[in-house]
Amino acid sequence: MSRIAARFKTLAAEGRGALIPYLEAFDPDFETSLALLKAMPAAGADLIEVGMPFSDPSADGPVIQLAARRGLKAGATLAGVLDLIAEFRKDDQDTPVILMGYLNPVEAYGHARFCEDAAAAGVDGLILVDLPPEEADILEAPAQSAGLDIIRLVAPTTSDERLRYVLSHASGFVYYVSITGITGTRTASAEDLQAALLRIRAATDLPVAIGFGIRTPEQAATAAGIADGAVVASALLSTLADTLDTDGKATDQTLPRVLEQIKGLAAAVRAGEKKAG
Amino acid sequence: MADPAAQHSTAATQANSLRHGPDARGHFGGRYGGRFVAETLMPLLLELDQAYETAKADPAFHKELEFYLRDYVGRPSPLWFARRMTEELGGAKIYMKREELNHTGSHKLNNVMGQILLARRMGRTRIVAETGAGQHGVATATVCALFGMTCVIYMGATDVERQKPNVFRMRLLGAEVVPVTAGAGTLKDAMNEAMRDWVANIADTYFLVGTVAGPHPYPAMVRDFQSVIGDETKEQMQAQEGRLPDVIVAAIGGGSNAMGIFHPFLDDPSVRLIGVEAAGCGLDSGKTAASIERGRPGVLHGNRTYLLQNADGQIDEAHSISAGLDYPGVGPEHSWLSDIGRAEYVGATDDEALKAFELCTRTEGIIPALESAHAIAYAAKIAPTLPKETLLVINISGRGDKDIFTVAEHLGVKL
Ligand SMILES: Cc1ncc(COP(=O)(O)O)c(C=O)c1O
Repeated sequence: MSRIAARFKTLAAEGRGALIPYLEAFDPDFETSLALLKAMPAAGADLIEVGMPFSDPSADGPVIQLAARRGLKAGATLAGVLDLIAEFRKDDQDTPVILMGYLNPVEAYGHARFCEDAAAAGVDGLILVDLPPEEADILEAPAQSAGLDIIRLVAPTTSDERLRYVLSHASGFVYYVSITGITGTRTASAEDLQAALLRIRAATDLPVAIGFGIRTPEQAATAAGIADGAVVASALLSTLADTLDTDGKATDQTLPRVLEQIKGLAAAVRAGEKKAG
Repeated sequence: MADPAAQHSTAATQANSLRHGPDARGHFGGRYGGRFVAETLMPLLLELDQAYETAKADPAFHKELEFYLRDYVGRPSPLWFARRMTEELGGAKIYMKREELNHTGSHKLNNVMGQILLARRMGRTRIVAETGAGQHGVATATVCALFGMTCVIYMGATDVERQKPNVFRMRLLGAEVVPVTAGAGTLKDAMNEAMRDWVANIADTYFLVGTVAGPHPYPAMVRDFQSVIGDETKEQMQAQEGRLPDVIVAAIGGGSNAMGIFHPFLDDPSVRLIGVEAAGCGLDSGKTAASIERGRPGVLHGNRTYLLQNADGQIDEAHSISAGLDYPGVGPEHSWLSDIGRAEYVGATDDEALKAFELCTRTEGIIPALESAHAIAYAAKIAPTLPKETLLVINISGRGDKDIFTVAEHLGVKL
């Protein structure tokens, strides 16, 4: 069983959803993001999403754009991102890691070589924001033979008919983009989330995580209760950004403050009970 | 049921044509183009594709478009024999397709007119667009004024600075102009921001793309709306010279004015098609916008095409004196035409464009846009090497009023 499937199975047995925090690789430098990554599971991360910085993140809001820019300034490359994951894997064999980013750097690296190297580094799944199933043939075969899940995004604009099509290309889990918009801007209501989850569950047996617009412990608990997991990104990245000094360097506040926020989110997710969905 | 042999031969002619792309996935030559966007936008692109196909098949749509093109845009634009420039260069006979005479001063309105009519058919009330030189922004703001629609234009902060007259025009026309400070503050960044706006406002908003780039169906649709340039050129050259032109030269930013004049000639192999990219400070200076000549295929802004990028697939900043050419990508159909050798892609530098700007102004009394000056520069380079009976057409995609401040600065003149 893949690490992703095993983790969702364990959590289902515990009767709770997953907390999935996000960090941008190399933000603000390799060492800090590695230290943060290593400390996340103990702080309560059930799965971790790692952003691969890209120069033109056209689906992201200002907070992730700035994080990507800091990462690139610190010298992020895809090879460097894979080094980061490989380092993390030396001490953690259980926490699933999902890479999130845009297609072009992966094309430049080479689709097949990237899938092989990512799997070897200990990556479990890929989310490529700008690769819809219509264009995914270039990546599906290499990902499958490397044992990587391709996590599919579905959105409020995805019709029931299209859901079936998109989800026929999904593995690992389904990522529900809960708002129409870019990352870190709006928040969906619990009623909207419930209605959406009914539609998605009718089209797939895969676990469903909700992302985009989840900022507070309460929102995380609600989302993880309705679905099987909650992704928190911009809220953590803005906390991180707040702790940087005027040169954009990490300070002694950077790790503690981000980790404390993750602990708060995890506590809420763990306290919230799972609604039958 | 038609005769199977006749059917077969129609299919064969179609298969031999270079004009029937892209395929249903929006791919040109099986490789370029496509729809590389976030899932939230996919259903909208599919809807747009449907709406465009329906409009394309509806004679009423064409009739309406023809009306506006004639009485509002001012088409057809003349094909002008540039006698003094021909004499000065002493070679090929130079014609100019006068797109700068369109209302708002460039070819951009051809496409905008088509898309605004489509947006209205789709019931959209709010228009967002990206702009570089501001010509597409002005054209978009103009039709929004004409039809009473809300208009938001994203423009790189650098471009807002160097194209002030157009920023003022857009604001006069009632558009909100949003300066984009990300990246180098040029067209690429404006495009990112327009896409972010669209995804956040899908219910009422139409994204009016200004060139033959972006996700399918934009490259094909914008090309179709711009093909009026080439259709007219073909007819006008036939009337004036009784034959096809030999060489067509057009500037390439995203590639819409070039695609518009090239497309009707793709199946006429005697016609040499030359796209002129902005070489900036020189093709090998590292400060260039020549995506085909100095880029590699990759994915940006919804399509696969030649891109200026580094070894890690991060997109490079482009450079050109001309804001309208300052883009690290190019329309996917050009990438395909380059690969198969049907069109040639060359560069003209900032300095060569400035010289051509002066040449055209001095010999023809036509002040061209700095974008178009790149095409003139390359035409002026090859014209003297060509026989006198060679018919060479330059697409004058826009007029240069917007550029006089930039040109004055380079000439050391204070306005
Ligand atoms: C006058 C003019 N010509 C050319 C261009 C370049 O665009 P395209 O290559 O799409 O024709 C622009 C873009 O702003 C323009 O304003």
